[in-house]
Amino acid sequence: MNLIGENITYKPDDQFHLNDVSFNFKKGNLYTILGRTLSGKTTFLKTIAGLLNPDSGNLSFEDNDFIKIPVWERNVAMVYQQFINYPHLNVYENIIFPLKQRKISEDQIKKDVDEALKTVGLVGFENRKIQELSGGQQQRVALARSLAKKAKILLLDEPLVNLDYKLREQLREEFKRIFTQGLSEDTILIYSTTDPQEVMELNGEVIVLDEGKVLQKGPAKEIFENPRTLKVAEISNDPPMNILKGTKSSEKLSFENILINSPSHFKNLSDQGYNFGIRASEIKLDDQGEEFEIELAEISGSETLLHLKKGESKVIALIEEVMNFKIHEKVKIKFNENKLYAFDQNEELVSSPYGVSHG
Amino acid sequence: MEKLYKFLKYTFIILWTVFIVAPFLWAISTSFKDFQSVNSKVTYIPWLDFEPTLEGWRVLVKSPARGGVDIVEPYFNSLFVTCTASLISIVLGTLAAYALSRFTFKAGFVRNNDITFFFISQRIMPPIVLSIPFFIFLSTIGLLDSLIGLVVVYIVLLMPIAVWIMVDFFNRVPKELDETALIDGCNPYQAFYKVVLPNSIPGLIVAGMFCIIFGWIDFFFAFILTFTEVQLLPVKVVALNSSITPWWSLSASALISVAPLIIVAFVVERYLSKGNLSGALK
Repeated sequence: MNLIGENITYKPDDQFHLNDVSFNFKKGNLYTILGRTLSGKTTFLKTIAGLLNPDSGNLSFEDNDFIKIPVWERNVAMVYQQFINYPHLNVYENIIFPLKQRKISEDQIKKDVDEALKTVGLVGFENRKIQELSGGQQQRVALARSLAKKAKILLLDEPLVNLDYKLREQLREEFKRIFTQGLSEDTILIYSTTDPQEVMELNGEVIVLDEGKVLQKGPAKEIFENPRTLKVAEISNDPPMNILKGTKSSEKLSFENILINSPSHFKNLSDQGYNFGIRASEIKLDDQGEEFEIELAEISGSETLLHLKKGESKVIALIEEVMNFKIHEKVKIKFNENKLYAFDQNEELVSSPYGVSHG
Repeated sequence: MEKLYKFLKYTFIILWTVFIVAPFLWAISTSFKDFQSVNSKVTYIPWLDFEPTLEGWRVLVKSPARGGVDIVEPYFNSLFVTCTASLISIVLGTLAAYALSRFTFKAGFVRNNDITFFFISQRIMPPIVLSIPFFIFLSTIGLLDSLIGLVVVYIVLLMPIAVWIMVDFFNRVPKELDETALIDGCNPYQAFYKVVLPNSIPGLIVAGMFCIIFGWIDFFFAFILTFTEVQLLPVKVVALNSSITPWWSLSASALISVAPLIIVAFVVERYLSKGNLSGALK
């Protein structure tokens, strides 16, 4: 009864858009697809919707071969990153459009639409024209249309990416509420995004996609704590996890002439070269620390992002207050060694602060 | 500076308006004059300068046997040919344009752009190049000097315009709109007429306007492909000019010839000024 994909490959030109993707999605669950731009997220969702046919592989839902069923008979719903609504219809007509296509009774339509409008907070906007709405409201209409349909598969393709910061925060909160309360046990929800924070907040099953390939699958917490490869660590952190090439010898770690104590969770690692990973938030300003040069300082919200450089190594530090820095100024920083990751020469995780097994 | 700019702007607009409107005013006043008021002295204002008469207009509807020139039949011929050809061009052109905009065609070395260019290339050649093929074609199928033959020829001339405008328009309609319609349960035909078409009305109006204008004003093919049976308005008006038709009737015929275009222009202008043409879809 699940949505099952087996070895799905889609390669319309020289590049893989989907490369041997397999999955098993269960009803009532939330799945997030995390990947950078052009990693194949949209292709993934369009394949499930039926807008694209994969070159090879199988896709089945409720034991039916999904690939043989045309889009308009699949009963899926999709919200795009662009705010796609029917511009010639008003809000109400937009939402009932798919219901009318399916010839549902008038009473049922009225009930479903009222419910959807209430869920997305657009009660009273029924007769507005789409062009009169703000971007956030337009996206709410698109979401309401998808919810009212009561489709068994709900696809959301980076629904928040085109909104401004404040609206995104606000709508993300609401999404969380809608996804936890408003969805029936029958629905599979698939949500794609480039934003690791969204993935953590939605807290579903995560699929990390890169160049059309699945890099890692698992609960959000696990992806965050134990990214299986260096690539996953970069994709699943914003700013990307800092990677420093270095070596471990006896109880010391060294990189760029910096020597720090090896943390206890590294004690089983053999002495050799590693890629050490550390999150931007685990680097702190500290007078006792190592001297780095500031290349760029960005203030975002109530945080300051410092792009730092020492020799060949570049790191990004996240300072949780607004501070003014001059470019080329020298600052001293300290790495929190207890939060260090170690990836071997094949870029695979060998040790994590959350006690991972070895590679 | 601001004032000078404003002054120059309005001076230019006023001069240009006079330049455009004056001939019309002249034609309108002349069409209501009789022999006396045209030939005696310079006159402009009806009732004050001269006594208006409907003689010039009456000549247009009278049959030649009774001293008239009978412009009514060519007028309706032109209306029929222009409207029929425009309508068919818009319907076929819109369907072709949608296909060219949404689907990828491959036939040997031919791609979508080549097909679009094929349509547009029909308008790149000077019309005279097409005159001999058209003549031979129509005489072969026996439609020379007939309304249907003219409609066929005009479709060839007008459809490229419709295709050109509509391909450009559809390319600016996001593909995701069609896809959403498919996902919402429309089959491809329903997606086209329930979603894409209602959002393409501005494009259809522009395309329709161009078809009507180019169809209505064509003289060349109307002249070459007709003899005695069928006559279109532009040919008839030119013929009046060379005969002994009085000035006041000529003025009247010129006015009713351009009347449909002026009506079309005003209707479309209202639509344009509402800002609906580009703003409907972003």
